[in-house]
Amino acid sequence: MTATLLRRVYFTIVALFLAAPLIVVAGVSVNSRQELSFPPVGFSLAWYAQIFTDPEWRLALIHSVTLAVCSAAIAVAVALPLAWFLWRRIAPWANIFQVLGLAPFILPPVITALGFLSFWATVGLFGQFFTAIISHAIFFVTLPLVTLSLGFASIDRSLVEAAATMGADDRTVLKTVVLPLILPYLVSGYAFAFVLSLNEYIVAYMTIGFTTETLPIKIFNALRYGYTPTMASVSVFFVAVAALVFGSIARFGDIRRLLGAMSSDGS
Amino acid sequence: MRREAPKSIADYTPLFFPALMLIVFFVVPFSTMIAVSFFKRNPSGFYTPDFVFDNYARFLSVFFGGVLGFSLLLAVLVAVCCVAIAFPFTYLLTRRPRRVQTLWLVGLLSVLSLSEVIIGFAWSTLFSRTAGITNLFVAIGLMDKPVALLPTFGAVLTGMVYQALPYTILVLYPALVRLDPTLLEAARTLGASPIRAFFNVVAPALRNTIVATLIMVFVFALGSYLLPQILGRPQHWTLSVLITDQAIYQSNMPFAAAMAVFLVLISLALVGLTLLVGRRENAL
Repeated sequence: MTATLLRRVYFTIVALFLAAPLIVVAGVSVNSRQELSFPPVGFSLAWYAQIFTDPEWRLALIHSVTLAVCSAAIAVAVALPLAWFLWRRIAPWANIFQVLGLAPFILPPVITALGFLSFWATVGLFGQFFTAIISHAIFFVTLPLVTLSLGFASIDRSLVEAAATMGADDRTVLKTVVLPLILPYLVSGYAFAFVLSLNEYIVAYMTIGFTTETLPIKIFNALRYGYTPTMASVSVFFVAVAALVFGSIARFGDIRRLLGAMSSDGS
Repeated sequence: MRREAPKSIADYTPLFFPALMLIVFFVVPFSTMIAVSFFKRNPSGFYTPDFVFDNYARFLSVFFGGVLGFSLLLAVLVAVCCVAIAFPFTYLLTRRPRRVQTLWLVGLLSVLSLSEVIIGFAWSTLFSRTAGITNLFVAIGLMDKPVALLPTFGAVLTGMVYQALPYTILVLYPALVRLDPTLLEAARTLGASPIRAFFNVVAPALRNTIVATLIMVFVFALGSYLLPQILGRPQHWTLSVLITDQAIYQSNMPFAAAMAVFLVLISLALVGLTLLVGRRENAL
């Protein structure tokens, strides 16, 4: 009995710690006056409307979404053939590319960001929007690579064998058996990369930060000149998008398995 | 379908695009950065190709030694706090029903994906005088009037623990969810209380996991670059902040690159250590 109570208290404290700053920001975001105060004075959704109506915030939103949509797509395009090759072929040296795909995620992000800055500056393309897309794609390739590797590992090889015995060639097997089986992993890999790209600051800042603002860059720049309530509403918007995306993954896939639990039934 | 060795060039086709992308846009930029760290700074423009060790020599000063020491200390503190909170939490979480676990994982992922900018903004609001937590203390009569809790070291530490905690839980999750339940059952059958069983059986069995997690969180915390700026004073700046500062505001790319190379070496050494610890665990 006491153990259950202790556990509940512990879980509540952790939940409060994780939620507290977000609760305060959500409260601040509905202030009717343009000031930083909590509990909120009055109630207004004007600051949410401003994300879409204020030209600067709207532009930053468009940049962020474009960046996330494109870079996540390229990340998947890089990860899918690589994960497939590693699953299909015995070529030990090819694992080096897996290590390369994981590296940007393990090292402190400022290093990858600085690498991109010196690279794009050297080739004379610094500041172009597409450089941020490619940089994000490489920076986040880890996520689809990990989910897809999990997906391939979960495929029963005898199933594929059966298809091959019935006369299907590699291409047909890939299209009719393999791809449908790993589709959920592909979607979640894309979703992970999308959400993280949307929130990413340092790589975007070091590639296009002086020429183009994404939402996190815009928030940080605004933060330097003091408080505007739109910052709070954008932050809430980000949390909502992330919760929605991960909630859908949990609803349509097995998020526990994606995060490392062995089987889909509980332990 | 069994795995086969590639027989012809055509079998390598799927590898072309990923290999090209990773080499051109990761290996080359990384090498460029290493090269730049030996370049000479050009005060009028960017930098000029050269081969000098000035940038590394400059690093060996009392000031940068202090910054490095502070960064490492802060990262150690963050790692210890996070693992101390996350280990029992994750253990208890893995014993909960599937639905509860899924709900928590979605929440943790959402917090984990938050931009450092937003975490910094959220905590600076919570620590502020006008909209902060001290207003709550005033309301319940603990304090006379609200105060600002930042910029302080405590604020930086809290923000960084907040940023790293979901990461820590998600790193620990696979090891704990796969933990053999019979281990615990045996201890319980022999009369150990749940808490005693946790400290005497679960924690020692996962000693290497704990060490590996500590190192991974440490490397993660080393990468924090905005929170020390938003929540702390300049003396709370870490190596990551300094690298950004040199690269962008002082336009001293060679020096920034030299510091980054140094940070890579520290991180790689630690990641190598993690792998070594992990390997020993698998051998057992």
